[in-house]
Amino acid sequence: MRRVKILVPLKRVADPDNANKIKISPNKIDTAGLEFKPNPFDEYAVETALRLTENGTNTKQRLGEVVVVTFGPKETEPTLRAALATGADRAIRVDATDDQLDGDLVARALKAIVEKEKPDLVLLGKQEVEGDANQVGQLLAEYLGWPQATFAGSIKSEGDKALTVGREVDGGSMILKVTLPAVVTVDLRIVSPHAVSSMHKPDHTYQEGVRFAALMAIMAAKKKPLVEMKLAELASDTALKIQYVGFEPPPGRKAGVKVKTVAELVQKLRAEAKVIQ
Amino acid sequence: MNTLVIAELAEGHVRKSTLSAVAFAKQVGAPFSILVVGAGAKAAAAELAGFGAQKVLVCEDAAVSQTLAERLAPTIAQVAKTGFDVIAVTASSFGKDLAPRVAAKLGAGYAPDVSAIKTDGGLTFKRPMYAGNAYGWCKVSTPTAVVSVRQSEFSAAEPSGGSSPVEAVAAAPADPAASRVEFVKLEAAKSERPDLGEARVVVSGGRALKEKFAEVLDPLAGLLGAAIGASRAACDAGYAPPELQVGQTGRVVAPQLYVAIGISGAIQHLAGMKGSKVIVAINKDPDAPIFQVADYGLVADLFTAVPELVSELKKGQ
Ligand SMILES: Cc1cc2nc3c(=O)[nH]c(=O)nc-3n(C[C@H](O)[C@H](O)[C@H](O)COP(=O)(O)OP(=O)(O)OC[C@H]3O[C@@H](n4cnc5c(N)ncnc54)[C@H](O)[C@@H]3O)c2cc1C
Ligand SMILES: Nc1ncnc2c1ncn2[C@@H]1O[C@H](COP(=O)(O)O)[C@@H](O)[C@H]1O
Repeated sequence: MRRVKILVPLKRVADPDNANKIKISPNKIDTAGLEFKPNPFDEYAVETALRLTENGTNTKQRLGEVVVVTFGPKETEPTLRAALATGADRAIRVDATDDQLDGDLVARALKAIVEKEKPDLVLLGKQEVEGDANQVGQLLAEYLGWPQATFAGSIKSEGDKALTVGREVDGGSMILKVTLPAVVTVDLRIVSPHAVSSMHKPDHTYQEGVRFAALMAIMAAKKKPLVEMKLAELASDTALKIQYVGFEPPPGRKAGVKVKTVAELVQKLRAEAKVIQ
Repeated sequence: MNTLVIAELAEGHVRKSTLSAVAFAKQVGAPFSILVVGAGAKAAAAELAGFGAQKVLVCEDAAVSQTLAERLAPTIAQVAKTGFDVIAVTASSFGKDLAPRVAAKLGAGYAPDVSAIKTDGGLTFKRPMYAGNAYGWCKVSTPTAVVSVRQSEFSAAEPSGGSSPVEAVAAAPADPAASRVEFVKLEAAKSERPDLGEARVVVSGGRALKEKFAEVLDPLAGLLGAAIGASRAACDAGYAPPELQVGQTGRVVAPQLYVAIGISGAIQHLAGMKGSKVIVAINKDPDAPIFQVADYGLVADLFTAVPELVSELKKGQ
């Protein structure tokens, strides 16, 4: 049985549940004071990779390899260690700061990593919740000349050569079959208990959401390999294609009034707001 | 300068979302053409002839018969190279899947989810970040720019008369990637309701509705001619299908009236509906964050308030 190798790019982000506490000035967005977390979608991608390489009989050994990679400064290493603690095998940190990167450069550098690591599958989050761009997976797929299945809400492995992916699209769910190697980006529902089915069914059912690392695994993760790479080793051209020239807060919205009864609500919607007849 | 708008097709018709990208092209101010590519493109092209485009370009070919980025991107890139410097598509799931692939093929910079533009001093694009808690203004430094535009911020272009010439274009040779992806099917719930992105009224439900999601919301939505939306929690729990999710990572809507029922108002949800003209919230918790953005708040149990709302609305009809 061939082992599947999965590469998961993941990014550290400022606590998304407190995104309304960022400080915005015309030339920068300051996240100081916010806690850092892994991008939720990337945690889901790691969980998906772990489910896809699950060993039905021996939970201590994966049927395949999960490699995580981040583009970030030294301080982002705990994010990689956390992924190693939940079960990923190896980690790569490409030394870079956010202002040296745009999605296109991340994708081009990832291409170089893919060419070296030769994974069967690159699993990414559909979107990184600071920039909210939703682009790196698609850019990478094109640069590699690989098929893509974006916004995956379900994945079923078809032997070790293909995946059936249910994509969450505006009109419903679009089912695709992709032949590996491929790029898949994951959506929120991918971590529901039955969303991922691998070749080797585990004897337990999955939890809702991502798994937590046991203390022992957190200790063991400190010994797993984590290598550092330089951005310039991976991309000859590090010029950015997108340049931010300014930032501003969103227009404010004031709380309105509380109505006491349903009748009052309807009266106000008709007479005051004039949005219903 | 020349803008190319990519049309989105569904069941042989142009999706109305396309008209947001047309509205964007009109704001750019340069001459623009519209490219309709895919199954049924020839028949659908006529729907776009009255919007002031220089040309409506059409490609209907076996190579592009499936709505897959791997199949469409080569032809779009080939047309883009015939003198276009801005390539625009609406940021629907179709546009978000496709646009980066086109950008990579062109070696062009990509500005996702554009919500406004400035045209003086070169094009500058405004886009939401951090779940809509900040906007960034960005420039694309490559000669060609690819953008996806927010349907909620660019209202559908109105027909401007005239009749753009329709011209056939050839499909580009297929990418090897296209042979490694196969469209199996689209599982779509048939609904008589308007599309979330186009509806004048949206009635959204949260986790609180439980298994009664449809039972409680359908009569209200029916009466108001509304689309139905949902919070992530309601979708995750299976009370509502995923495609109804409104928010940072779901659909972004800006209707005349948004009614949030049993939704707490997490920032990720607000990111998808804060632009609505009038917001109504019904929640039993007086401190729910949704009330901070609601024009009209009703603190009540939704299971009694919503049926009461339905009968009150019926009275006035
Ligand atoms: C990466 C990421 C992306 C996300 N993207 C989105 C997104 O796009 N859209 C989105 O919506 N969320 C999103 N979320 C989730 C978001 O953070 C919230 O968890 C979610 O919006 C909560 O949904 P809810 O308001 O239905 O549930 P809850 O927060 O549980 O709120 C339920 C509300 O119902 C009220 N209630 C309960 N019973 C009644 C009753 N009988 N009558 C009246 N009121 C009642 C309660 O007071 C409460 O306010 C995202 C989260 C993450 C991490
Ligand atoms: N700096 C980064 N390091 C590692 N992965 C990243 C980085 N930026 C983006 N990604 C990956 O690309 C996905 C999509 O991000 P984006 O296109 O920026 O919204 C994320 O969910 C990550 O999987």
